[in-house]
Amino acid sequence: MGMTLTEKILSAHAGGKSVRPGDNVWVDVDVLMTHDVCGPGTIGIFKQQFGKNARVWDREKVVIIPDHYIFTSDPHARRNLEILRDFVKEQGLPYFYDAGTRNYKGVCHLALAQEGHDRPGEVLFGTDSHTCTSGAFGMFSTGIGNTDAAFILGTGKLWVKVPETMYFEFNGTFPPYIMAKDIILQVIGDIGVDGATYRTMEWGGDAIAKLSMEERMTLCNMAIEGGGKNAVIEADDTTLNYVRQRTQKPYTVHRSDKDANYCFKKIYNAGAMEPVVAKPHSPDNKALVKECQGVRLDRSYIGSCTGGKITDFKAAAQLLKGKTVKIDTFIIPATKEVEEDLHKEKIGGQSLMDIFKNAGAHLGPPSCAACLGGPQDTFGRTQAEEVVISTTNRNFPGRMGSKKSQVYLASPYTAAASALTGRITDPREFL
Amino acid sequence: MQKIIEGKAYVLGNNIDTDQIIPAERLVYSLSDPEEKKNYGRYALSGVPAPAAGLPDGNHAFVKEGGHRSEYAIIIGGKNFGCGSSREHAPACLQIAGIQAVIAESYARIFYRNSVDGGFFIPLETTTPLIDEIRTGDRLSVDIGAGTVTNVSAKRQYPLKPLGDVLEILEAGNIFEYAKKAGMLPKDSCNEFGNTSSP
Repeated sequence: MGMTLTEKILSAHAGGKSVRPGDNVWVDVDVLMTHDVCGPGTIGIFKQQFGKNARVWDREKVVIIPDHYIFTSDPHARRNLEILRDFVKEQGLPYFYDAGTRNYKGVCHLALAQEGHDRPGEVLFGTDSHTCTSGAFGMFSTGIGNTDAAFILGTGKLWVKVPETMYFEFNGTFPPYIMAKDIILQVIGDIGVDGATYRTMEWGGDAIAKLSMEERMTLCNMAIEGGGKNAVIEADDTTLNYVRQRTQKPYTVHRSDKDANYCFKKIYNAGAMEPVVAKPHSPDNKALVKECQGVRLDRSYIGSCTGGKITDFKAAAQLLKGKTVKIDTFIIPATKEVEEDLHKEKIGGQSLMDIFKNAGAHLGPPSCAACLGGPQDTFGRTQAEEVVISTTNRNFPGRMGSKKSQVYLASPYTAAASALTGRITDPREFL
Repeated sequence: MQKIIEGKAYVLGNNIDTDQIIPAERLVYSLSDPEEKKNYGRYALSGVPAPAAGLPDGNHAFVKEGGHRSEYAIIIGGKNFGCGSSREHAPACLQIAGIQAVIAESYARIFYRNSVDGGFFIPLETTTPLIDEIRTGDRLSVDIGAGTVTNVSAKRQYPLKPLGDVLEILEAGNIFEYAKKAGMLPKDSCNEFGNTSSP
């Protein structure tokens, strides 16, 4: 019996022995990522367990990316950034993308990719549930808590239960109005918010192979919304072209064996996909956009690790160009690189930045911003009973701040089309 | 690991996510500082909408205004308890509020793992849903050895699923103690351990 891509990576990091779903193995960690929300707690446990003079297991393998509560006056949040700074200085860590410096990047999941920390075949853990995003690079990546992260800081190892793998195959060609967000919301709607619990979501088929790295990251990012342990897409030329531009470090490309065992397989016709939303208050509360057509909105929010990449803004700008938004529309690039690209990328001679400004949108600095609510003064945070259409990944009660607000998850196309009408709108009306 | 857990039940529904357990705006407090970390008990379950807070009636405060300890010791949950974020503040806040066990139909993976590896409380599973069987405020008795939970108030008993692979970690206390037992970490003091390159 062959092995899946995930099983092969875990096997290679557990001393090369063959692994099967359900096995508990200790794996060697290639990268540990943490940020401002979970970094201070991780550091606290690390010091408590390994001593105040302890050193991290490998400075080259620790990446610290403040991104959550950056543009806030909250004193505790600001103190937490100082804890990260002190730790980085004390340990001499080379990969620290500090807020308020030229090194600042923004949302960790995209920053990891852009700074060359996502490499095929590697094992990456992060103190953030959306760490599964990195699986887009043909690697094993998953979210962990502070205790596990502290254990890795001291030992470079972690125990993992080898997951079963579910396979989602998309054949043909996606229609031009379909984005990765539509695909993942459709799939989560089909399997439910716990349909992939303890499992890997592996994506394949010729339609997936045609997707950009940004779109692949969106697909993998939301595996956690189906309960998935990790998501993975086999590395191909698209992956390697992206990686080679960003790192010189070596990597290994693994592929699933032809006789690998999958616990679930579902084949989709890419051409038949339709724009979808997740209605409040669960990512699996799926409906076709045309079924929600006309729902009145107060706000459109385009940003975050799933909706704040350059491909997301190109899509939104295509619809917003030369028009004016009817509701409060927030544009938040995930990272500095995306923000810079908003100035460079043009449609019909106009930069994306100018298109958004001329459309009347509010532009915010790169960070997680209101995706998860955050401190009261967070840009775009809901404060009352707002009805929001958002390109973010979660619409739990109170997720964007106010427990009374309602969030519809949607693609950047759908969020932009809806911004123009003030109601949930199928992007095909403008494309 | 405590083998018998007794106390009052606080009943929640399905898909209780980590934003409901501890809203993101509260994640700024220190988990190391003994005084500051009391805030996590104070705001534990503060994101649960009022009608769903303490079923079947709702509108039961989990922690009384101004306090940081709950009168409830055991949480009864439905499917997919703890879904969403990897924030360890979620199991930590329940422990700080005084929770000793959560009994759910199923768990989201990271929350479950964090509960075990951090040693915050015992995450137990049932074969049948209990959220319609037990009312907030009922007195419960959990017997880990026997694998049962008894509703003392209603005089009914239900089986618990075996803890399986995680039992060893729970018995050790947390992942660090487990790793010492398993020979992954030096047993005595690991103060110097972080200076070495391999265990």
